Amino acid sequence: MKLLEYASKEVMRKFGLPVTDWELVRSVEELERVIDKFQFPVALKAQVPVGGRGKAGGIKIAKDRSEALEKADKIFNLKIKGIPVKKLMVSQAVKIEKEYYIGVVVDRKHQTPTVMVSAEGGVDIEEVARTKPEAIHMLQVDINSGLMPYQARFLAHKIFDDPKLALRGADVILKLYNTFVAVDAQLAEINPLALTKDRELEALDAKIVVDDNALYRHPDLESLRDLDYEDATELEAKEAGLSYVKLDGYIGCCVNGAGLAMATMDLIKHYGGEPANFLDVGGSSNPEKVRKAMELILRDKNVKSIYINIFGGITRCDDVANGLIQAFSQMEIPVPVVVRLTGTNEEIARKMLNESGLPLVTAETMAEGAKKAIELAGKR
Amino acid sequence: MAILVGNDTRVLVQGITGRDGSFHTKLMLEYGTKVVGGVTPGKGGMSVEGVPVFNTVSEAVENTGANTSVIFVPAKFAADAIMEAADAGIKLIVAITEGIPVLDMMKVVKFVREKGARLIGPNCPGVITPEEAKVGILPGHIFKRGPIGVISRSGTLTYEIVSHLTASGLGQSTAIGIGGDPIIGTKFIDLLEMFENDPETEGIVIIGEIGGTDEQDAAEFIKNHVSKPVVGFIAGRTAPPEKRMGHAGAIISGSSGTAAEKIKAFNEAGVPVADEPAEVAKLMREALRA
Repeated sequence: MKLLEYASKEVMRKFGLPVTDWELVRSVEELERVIDKFQFPVALKAQVPVGGRGKAGGIKIAKDRSEALEKADKIFNLKIKGIPVKKLMVSQAVKIEKEYYIGVVVDRKHQTPTVMVSAEGGVDIEEVARTKPEAIHMLQVDINSGLMPYQARFLAHKIFDDPKLALRGADVILKLYNTFVAVDAQLAEINPLALTKDRELEALDAKIVVDDNALYRHPDLESLRDLDYEDATELEAKEAGLSYVKLDGYIGCCVNGAGLAMATMDLIKHYGGEPANFLDVGGSSNPEKVRKAMELILRDKNVKSIYINIFGGITRCDDVANGLIQAFSQMEIPVPVVVRLTGTNEEIARKMLNESGLPLVTAETMAEGAKKAIELAGKR
Repeated sequence: MAILVGNDTRVLVQGITGRDGSFHTKLMLEYGTKVVGGVTPGKGGMSVEGVPVFNTVSEAVENTGANTSVIFVPAKFAADAIMEAADAGIKLIVAITEGIPVLDMMKVVKFVREKGARLIGPNCPGVITPEEAKVGILPGHIFKRGPIGVISRSGTLTYEIVSHLTASGLGQSTAIGIGGDPIIGTKFIDLLEMFENDPETEGIVIIGEIGGTDEQDAAEFIKNHVSKPVVGFIAGRTAPPEKRMGHAGAIISGSSGTAAEKIKAFNEAGVPVADEPAEVAKLMREALRA
């Protein structure tokens, strides 16, 4: 679960990280009610789940009340990478002396949490990694002992020249690491960590990604879930035990297993089609899951044909067939459906589908199914 | 010969009384795997499919001489179960369980290594040496014994590719699903080394997907240490970039884990990459002939 800036800061504040006060508003009217709490100039920041806000005009500084309202109105009318701005964060703007980067991430290669710091903050850290990798300092942390204070100081002295300041920086690094572990994050980063003209350290922008598999031990984070931006269908799929990601194409896909689902999308594209979605019905599928999958796929009005590709290992083909028969009996399926079922109980499944008299097109191989789905979509 | 599992494998099923555990115990037994015991805390004394159930792994090992364990325990309790197996002296642990938190896995992987055990997975379909032993949930009937080693991050995609290999007469020495999670016990490189040293294996199929840099590491390893022909497949060429996980995660290795980068790394290591699953068998035939 990706937390937006304000939610990330809320978590970080709880762990003692330096974050200035803010208000979250959903309209210019709401801003009018809270704006007088702040000293000018103020910073107005769009809260959207994508990067590149600044470049898109989603972050503005306003020197007085009327300018703030006017600029907020503009931001609320923006679409950033196609996403409308629904929330805005307002806080007092600070004068910045220098910007740093600090982050903690799940390091797949070393299989540890790894802390990264850089004196080149405030810019895209991937860009720094590409052009000036020596400016990023990393440390792999032993998960059992955690980040020790001496390690945090070691990192801090790499990026802060002033030794007194480095001690304060080390404290921030330690607290960020503790936040990372405490909320089961996959990523916790502050970019930039600003040194203000008053020589204070402050987290200007923050990002936390929480491990979905660990959410069960953090019920308190549920309230920070962003219901404005999380795709409603994707959430509904998750609740039904399906993994669904909407794409821009026109061939609906229903596959078991993430690897095979991606390979199916690749194959559709390889033969000249465009997949409408990624959908993994999961391992031990039951008929209800298949029915639900069909419902979600058909909600997308771009879908012109559906390709069901199942390789039965744990998934039993007769369960899938049963789900399809249920789906057809409970809803109107206005597009052609191509089915490729192979593996456990495929003969039973094929017999069930043949006897049902449903208007399905069957395919023997994965490639044949993909080609048929493309061809049938094209005829519409 | 083959690798990891075979006729000497004596399997313990942790979580044997659960729905998946008992179902796959039955299938493993039918395949001819020596399933010698099961563990479910508090249910010792029962039996499942004729297999005795114990309360603890150490008790089970003492009574059955098990050397391998397969984990079907739910995600919340799986880290504990894997560590219990390693502590009881089990040398090969295969974790089928999906959804174990990443931070738990970091502790587990370290612990298992310190105990001198090997972990496959989690979130994987398991290991099979055809016609000898199956430890996990792979559908046995699609495999056939032969000269090809298969290593994969995926489950069903592996079955797809293996069924093509089998259909074209290319049987398998051993096939391993290493799991799709960010933190796993055994990576491509470990298994490439084992297959390189296995006299029965003549060619290796490696099935990767987007995310991380394990495929690039594998390519580097193949370039320097693998003499046998290797054929690759990468899933996720068309996956949208915005849906990929964290930018910072990629920085560690200076790569963002796209399919294009992985295919390039494979090609540079002399590994042909199939455009579609069905093509893997064909490329392997060509590679073996060369």
